[in-house]
Amino acid sequence: MRAIDYVAPTSLSEAVSVLSANGDRARPLAGGTDIIVQLRGGRRELDVLVDAKSIPELNQIELTDSGLRLGAAVPCYEIYQNQAVAAAYPGLIDAAGLIGSIQIQGRASIGGNLCNAAPSGDSIPPIITLSGEAHINGPNGWRAVAAEDFCTGPGRSVLEPGEILVGIQIPAPAANSGTAYLRFIPRNEMDIAVAGVSSSVVLDASGQTVQSARIALASVGPTPILATAAGDSLAGKGVSDDAIAEAGRLASEAATPITDMRGTIRQRHHLVDVLTRRTLNIAIRRARGEE
Amino acid sequence: MPGLVHVTTTINGNQTDFLCEPRQSLLECLRDVVGMTGSKEGCNDGNCGACTVNLDGRIVTSCLVLGVEAQGSEVNTIEGVASAEGLHPIQQSFLENAALQCGICTPGFIVAAKALLEAEPDADEARIRHWLAGNLCRCTGYDKIVRAVIDAGERMRA
Repeated sequence: MRAIDYVAPTSLSEAVSVLSANGDRARPLAGGTDIIVQLRGGRRELDVLVDAKSIPELNQIELTDSGLRLGAAVPCYEIYQNQAVAAAYPGLIDAAGLIGSIQIQGRASIGGNLCNAAPSGDSIPPIITLSGEAHINGPNGWRAVAAEDFCTGPGRSVLEPGEILVGIQIPAPAANSGTAYLRFIPRNEMDIAVAGVSSSVVLDASGQTVQSARIALASVGPTPILATAAGDSLAGKGVSDDAIAEAGRLASEAATPITDMRGTIRQRHHLVDVLTRRTLNIAIRRARGEE
Repeated sequence: MPGLVHVTTTINGNQTDFLCEPRQSLLECLRDVVGMTGSKEGCNDGNCGACTVNLDGRIVTSCLVLGVEAQGSEVNTIEGVASAEGLHPIQQSFLENAALQCGICTPGFIVAAKALLEAEPDADEARIRHWLAGNLCRCTGYDKIVRAVIDAGERMRA
């Protein structure tokens, strides 16, 4: 790795001023499990790493009546070891518990997963289906961006030079709601998704009718994809295999995959269909309190 | 060019200060600066787990931690696993179960397994295999390693 400077600011304003002064030559460092690999491999060149782990706002995990405020640098293990968060957002835990290895989960953050903006980022689909919002601070103050609008291309996001992702705000789970995430990999652990799907449903009080649903896809396009038509197709419908199959078909249509070393276009369309049906069934069981 | 940074850590219970460049990984600092070569470099990109150390109570791949990030931290490495009295039960189990061949992956496996068994002494085979998924071994086929960790768990519970 070429020589680089390192600063560990203890306040958000200090971090933003270092980031602003260095433009695209500086980047925040959370767990480092992506950025250190990129710098070492020459895939990214920077002058300054701005360690986010001493900035209070980026390291808080706060669950209140209005939802979850997840600091951008909170590592995965802190999320899944937090029993209240795990109970409220099992779909987020599905992803936090399968990113990399136990070693990686000890460092890597959900905020970093979002900022890395890989199409395969496992935590991004559940953040999208949970209606997460990215809270960004920068030289011009605060702004919020819906999770589905955050990534703009492989490795690219809406973050402007000088800006930093401070946290992700996820609304409190609605009554009778459930979320799930599944990915397909050819191994059991430690792999990058060939395809991934998160589904989130809100059922009526009887648990028999879908009020609303959101479905989001990973690894089947240049960015994570919110499959709006697939989710909307379930609204107002009774829970049935036919309705779920139709959502799977529409989610598969929303995918724009490529053929690469991990899988083919045809395989990925098929995987999205299957994973959509499976995650919908898990989300529905969770919404009914059955698991 | 950025200068050297003074880092103060506690390594295996001993306060240890070192000077490093910000670009140097904790693994490089341990091996090349501090001179503790027990932690191994395998892939150097977080996949193989040979460089696993315990950082403030969590196992991490030290190739993906910068030395400067360890400021104020407690680092525990393979060098701190055995005591003056002798080998740790996990080390003894690895020997008796022939759970190593070339040995490059072994420090990482032992540091990772120790963290698991200290937190979850009753970890079963499925849990052990899941926990150790971030440690690669190209010699043993894993079975003897998993047997050794199960055996070590029994010794540590006894």
